[in-house]
Amino acid sequence: MSKSKAAKMSWSEFRVRNKNSGGYLLRRKLMDVGVSFARFILLFGMCFMILQPILEKISVSLMSLDDVYNPVVISIPTRVITDNYVTAFGGMRYSQGFVNTLIISITVAIVQVAMCTLVGYGFARFEFPFKKFWFACVMVVILVPPQTISTSLFLHFRFFDILGIHKLLTGETINLRNSVLPYFLMSLGCTGLKNGLYIFLIRQFFRNIPGDLEEAAYVDGLGTFKTFVRIMLPEAKPIITSCFLFAFVWQWTDVFYTRMFLGGKIFLSTSLSGFADGIGSYLGNAMGLGAPIQLSPAQTNQLLSTAILLVIAPLIVLYLFAQRAFVESISSTGIKM
Amino acid sequence: MAKLKRKKYVGLQKRKAVSGYLFISPFIIGFLVFMIKPLIQSLYMSFCEVTVGAGQFEQAWIGWKNYYFAFRQDASFPQLLTEGALNMFVYTLAIMVFSFFVALILNQKFHGRALVRAIFFLPVILSSGVMLGVETDNAVMDSMQAAIQASTSNVSITETIQVVLRTAGVGVRAFETVFEIIDNIYDVAIASGIQIIIFLSGLQTIPSSMYEAAQIEGCTAWESLWKITFPMISSIFLVNWFYTVVDYCMRSDSAIMKKIQGVMILQLNYGLTAAMSWIYFVVVLAFVGITSALISRGVYYYE
Repeated sequence: MSKSKAAKMSWSEFRVRNKNSGGYLLRRKLMDVGVSFARFILLFGMCFMILQPILEKISVSLMSLDDVYNPVVISIPTRVITDNYVTAFGGMRYSQGFVNTLIISITVAIVQVAMCTLVGYGFARFEFPFKKFWFACVMVVILVPPQTISTSLFLHFRFFDILGIHKLLTGETINLRNSVLPYFLMSLGCTGLKNGLYIFLIRQFFRNIPGDLEEAAYVDGLGTFKTFVRIMLPEAKPIITSCFLFAFVWQWTDVFYTRMFLGGKIFLSTSLSGFADGIGSYLGNAMGLGAPIQLSPAQTNQLLSTAILLVIAPLIVLYLFAQRAFVESISSTGIKM
Repeated sequence: MAKLKRKKYVGLQKRKAVSGYLFISPFIIGFLVFMIKPLIQSLYMSFCEVTVGAGQFEQAWIGWKNYYFAFRQDASFPQLLTEGALNMFVYTLAIMVFSFFVALILNQKFHGRALVRAIFFLPVILSSGVMLGVETDNAVMDSMQAAIQASTSNVSITETIQVVLRTAGVGVRAFETVFEIIDNIYDVAIASGIQIIIFLSGLQTIPSSMYEAAQIEGCTAWESLWKITFPMISSIFLVNWFYTVVDYCMRSDSAIMKKIQGVMILQLNYGLTAAMSWIYFVVVLAFVGITSALISRGVYYYE
């Protein structure tokens, strides 16, 4: 209120008031302007630093090769072309990868968040023996780098068996590599990508909901599971939405788990990481040469930038629409240790 | 009558305990099957020579040889490990300082705050290795970047400042670290999205009446930063420190992770891979434990 008043103050009035305050008002005003100017410069610089790689990729991906080598052209192409997009689109088999990635990201995110919600609720709302111990185990899940157990998980699923039953019957173990099943099993057991973090966040959120509602439901004769589904779940919509979004987005860009468990199919993240090496042979085949084409570094860079843009474009669109859900849920959990 | 009541209470408690276990049972099963079993197995494997044949893999106990090999015979591992630990410390510190600083700025009121916050959070959505990994994986890009750096280094201002500071001759090693962080400020910025939000939410819980009271008593902004802001969000510091360290060690693009994956995929030496991962894991665990214990001694709880 006072601020808008000060802004509307006329110059003569300002002078009078400045005189009355002994020059304090002017000093204060200059200080404010100086601070907000410095803040603007600082934040603009930092935002630019974060956005610059993306902007640069956009401009490079729209350039023709002549523009790339033209020293006069820096960021705005003389002629906007979309050839790079067409090449990259075909080179990484985008449409197939997109569908696969979309399906796997959505299903994995649903399974993981459903499981983590159950577990997080259990930790937040029930008292049971060894609760502290099990929660320490959640911390262990957060802490163990997946690389530590990757070798034995790899072998575990390569020579998969349930208590040796299958081997007893057929004399062989099941090779579950290149199938989606192991990863779903891991998601069901809350040990997928960053699942410990989701449990932690969801637990924090449930702890902050007052217990009256729940008790009322118990008094009215609802069982614990029904109480959870009918009363608590609707309350927890924001945190579940944002955990789902995180799970979706991180699964989308994940290379480690994808490469380890889902090696056989085409996914955007994995085809992107092999893109620079594969694009030459793709172009060679497309032109009917039979041999890979040797691309210049500049052209590889162009195509790689385009491919990266194609992979992250859906995420950016999602972020534009769901920005609030991403950011605000984290602050709403009131994280503490 | 009283006895009956107490018994019933015990029953309810028991029932709740049972449902609590039912709720967390997916986690317990998953933890035992996909975390403990592989952990033990990989610990065992790290003492073994593992050979993968057709349809089966065999483990032969060789004692501490893998560990011995990792430390004494592998050319790059000890160096990568110490460098990794040092980098972890320096970068975590840098990320904490940076995110706290940005959170302080974002806590002020100005136009476009939501936009700036959204931009700072954007890397959380996009990073996770894909963009970083692709660009560093490629040999062509590496050579090109080296060429660009060689051609532009003589016009950089920071270079000049570095030269000036170096000639002062004091704490050259410390300066080197600072320069390295400044050179990699982009990495720091894109790794601090979540931390900024956590700090910001912590800052917003501090009642503004505290600052007002301090101001009336003649406290400057600098003093109230030390006397109010730091103590009030010290518990958030702990959370953020923990998160940052964990996030940093999980990054699969660090040199040590690449080394471990290289041993696994290229050399197919699973025993050595397990040994190296365990060494790294123990180092990380020790680091997290020691630093968190130190920080938690300084944490102040207001309630």
